[in-house]
Amino acid sequence: MTAPTNAGVGTGITSTPGAAAVPPPGSPNDMTTHQKKRPRVPSGHRRLLTRRDRVTLGLMAGVPTILHVALVWLTALASVALAFTTWDGIGFDSIKWVGLHNFSELFSSNPQFWPAVEHNVIWFVVLILVPTPMGLFLAVQLDKKIRFSRVYQTAFFLPVVVSMAVIGFVWQLVYNPDTGLINSLIGANEPGHYIDWIGDPDLNLWAILVAASWRHTGYMMILYLAGLKGVDPSLREATALDGANEWQTFRHVIFPTLRPTNTVVLVVTIIEALRAFDLVFVFNKGAQGTELLSILVTNNIIGESSRIGYGSAIAVVLLVISLAVIIPYLIATFRKERRA
Amino acid sequence: MSTVSALGKQHTPLRPARILLHTFLTVTALAWLAPLLWALFAALRPYAETSDKGYVSWPDKLSLDNFTDAFEQSDMLHYFGNTLIIAVPAVLLTLFLSSCVAFYLSRFDFRVNLFLLLVFTAGNLLPQQVIITPLYRMYLLIDLPGITMSGKLYDSALGLVLIHVAFQSGFCAFVLSNYMRSLPHELTEAALVDGASVWRLYWQIVLPLCKPAMAALATLLSIWIYNDFFWAIVLISTGENMPITSALNNLSGQYFTDPNLVAAGALLTAIPTLIVYFVLQRQFVSGLTLGANKG
Repeated sequence: MTAPTNAGVGTGITSTPGAAAVPPPGSPNDMTTHQKKRPRVPSGHRRLLTRRDRVTLGLMAGVPTILHVALVWLTALASVALAFTTWDGIGFDSIKWVGLHNFSELFSSNPQFWPAVEHNVIWFVVLILVPTPMGLFLAVQLDKKIRFSRVYQTAFFLPVVVSMAVIGFVWQLVYNPDTGLINSLIGANEPGHYIDWIGDPDLNLWAILVAASWRHTGYMMILYLAGLKGVDPSLREATALDGANEWQTFRHVIFPTLRPTNTVVLVVTIIEALRAFDLVFVFNKGAQGTELLSILVTNNIIGESSRIGYGSAIAVVLLVISLAVIIPYLIATFRKERRA
Repeated sequence: MSTVSALGKQHTPLRPARILLHTFLTVTALAWLAPLLWALFAALRPYAETSDKGYVSWPDKLSLDNFTDAFEQSDMLHYFGNTLIIAVPAVLLTLFLSSCVAFYLSRFDFRVNLFLLLVFTAGNLLPQQVIITPLYRMYLLIDLPGITMSGKLYDSALGLVLIHVAFQSGFCAFVLSNYMRSLPHELTEAALVDGASVWRLYWQIVLPLCKPAMAALATLLSIWIYNDFFWAIVLISTGENMPITSALNNLSGQYFTDPNLVAAGALLTAIPTLIVYFVLQRQFVSGLTLGANKG
C-alpha cells in the first residue's frame, strides 16, 4: 500500500545530499540569524566538503528522515487514503473505493462518534480550566524562593513521571466501589449504597478527569516554573517601587511576560486532550460514558471487528484537528525564531 | 510583597503570610500524594485483613508480602527484561539518529532544512492513533523470518523500537538542532578549514558539546519509552512479549486476584521511573522545558 509513495518520497530524501553540498555560509551570522535570504557562498568553501563528506551528510540526514517520514507521515497519509475505502484487512483486492461514505456514516449514524467528540472537548475544557490555572498558581507560589520548594515540587510532579497506565490502576484503587478509598470514607461501600465511579456512565468520565487533572497540574506547574525563571527580576523591582501589591504585579507584569509559555501550555493541552487514551483504556476500555476518538480508532484494530476504512476516517478527523493546531503553532514559532 | 523582599536573600523569615503559604502547600502536597500513598497502604496489607476489616482501618501488620507475591506470581522480571530490550536500543538509536539529523539541520544549508525541521517537529505532535491503523497493517505485512520471534515486524521488540525511534526523533531533532545552533559557529568552521571530515566535526566537536542536552533527552526518553502503553498494546499480540507497563494490563486480569496485589504490581511497575526521576531530576525537568520554552 505504502510502497510506491514510499519510493517517491525516498528519492526526494536521498536528493538532500545535493543540498547538503552547499557549504556553510561564510559568516557565523548567516547561520545564527538566518536573516540573509540567500546564504553567501564563498566558493573556496565548496571544495572543503569532499565527496565522502557529502555522502556522510546525506546519510546523516537521510536515514533518520526516511525512518520518520515512512513510519509517521506516510502512515498518516495512508490513513487519509484508507478513510475513503472499505477494507477487511485481509487481501489488497478487498480494498474498495467508497468516497465519502465512511465519513457520512460516521457523522450521521455512528452512535459513538459525537459522544466521543464531546468527551474530547470536555477533556480539553477541563484540563485548561482546572489543572492549568492550578499549575500556574503553584508555580507562582513555588517561585517565591521558599523553603522546601524542591520537596513540594517533587510531590506535585510525581504523577507526571508515573505512566498513565499505572495512574489508571492507582486511581481504580481510589474509585473501586467496595474497596476504594472514596466509598470507604463516605460509607458508600455497602451493597445497595454503591457509588459506581467507574461503571456509572454519568460519573466515570468525571472520575477519570480528576485523575487526568491530577497529573496535568504537575506538568503545567513545571512549564510555568520554567517560564517564570525567564521573568526579568528588575521588572518586579520596578513594580515594587511603584507600590503594586502581589496580585497587581502578577496581573500586570508577570502574566503578560508569560505569553510564550501560555502558548505552549495551550498547544500541549490540546494535544494531550486529543491523545488521551491510556487512562481511559485501563479504567474501562472506553465503554459506556468514556468514549474518546482515540479509543474508537484503537477498537477498530484490537477489537473483534476490523473495519479499517471506518477506523481510518476517525483517525482523519483526529489528524485534521491536530494539524489545525500544530501547523499555525509551528509556523509562528519558527517565524519568531527567524526574526530572533 | 513577599516576592519582592525575597529577592535579596535566599529565604525570607517566617512571617504569618509565609506560614499560611507553607500550610497550604503542605496540605496540597499531601493531598497530591494521597492516591499513591493509598496504593502503598493497600499494597502493604494482606488481603485477608482488608477484606475482614475494610480498607480504611488500622493495620494489624504491614508487610512486603504482596510485593514479593506480585513479583513472583506474574514473572515480572521477564517483563522488565522485555522493556529493557526495547527501551535501551530505542533510547540510544533515537539519540544517535536525531543528533545526526540535528547536526545537519543546524550546520548546513537552511532552506530545505526549515521544512525538514517542521516535518520532524510536527510528526511528534500528532496523536499516535492517527497513524496506528496503516502502521499495524504494515507491520503485519513485513516478513522478517529468522530475525524476529514472530517472523514479522508485528509482535516483535524490533517493531516497537522502530516506531519509538521514528516518533521520538521528531522531538529530539527539534531540541538538539536548537541546542546545536547555539554553539559558536567558529568551532566547526575552523575545523572544516583545517580539513576535518564532516563526521569528525559531528563526532569529536559538536557531539561532546551537546552532552547536557543529550543527558536531559536521555532521561526524558527513558521515562517516556518505559511508560509506553499504546504502541505495545496494539503492536504486540503475545502477552509474553509485552513490556512491563502494558503487561500490567494483562497481569491484573490473569494473576492479580485482589486489589492489594494489583496495588503492589502497579507500584512495582512505577519504581524504575521513580528511581530515574529521583536520581536525574534536574536533567528530566530541564529536558521537558528544553523543547517547550522555545515557543
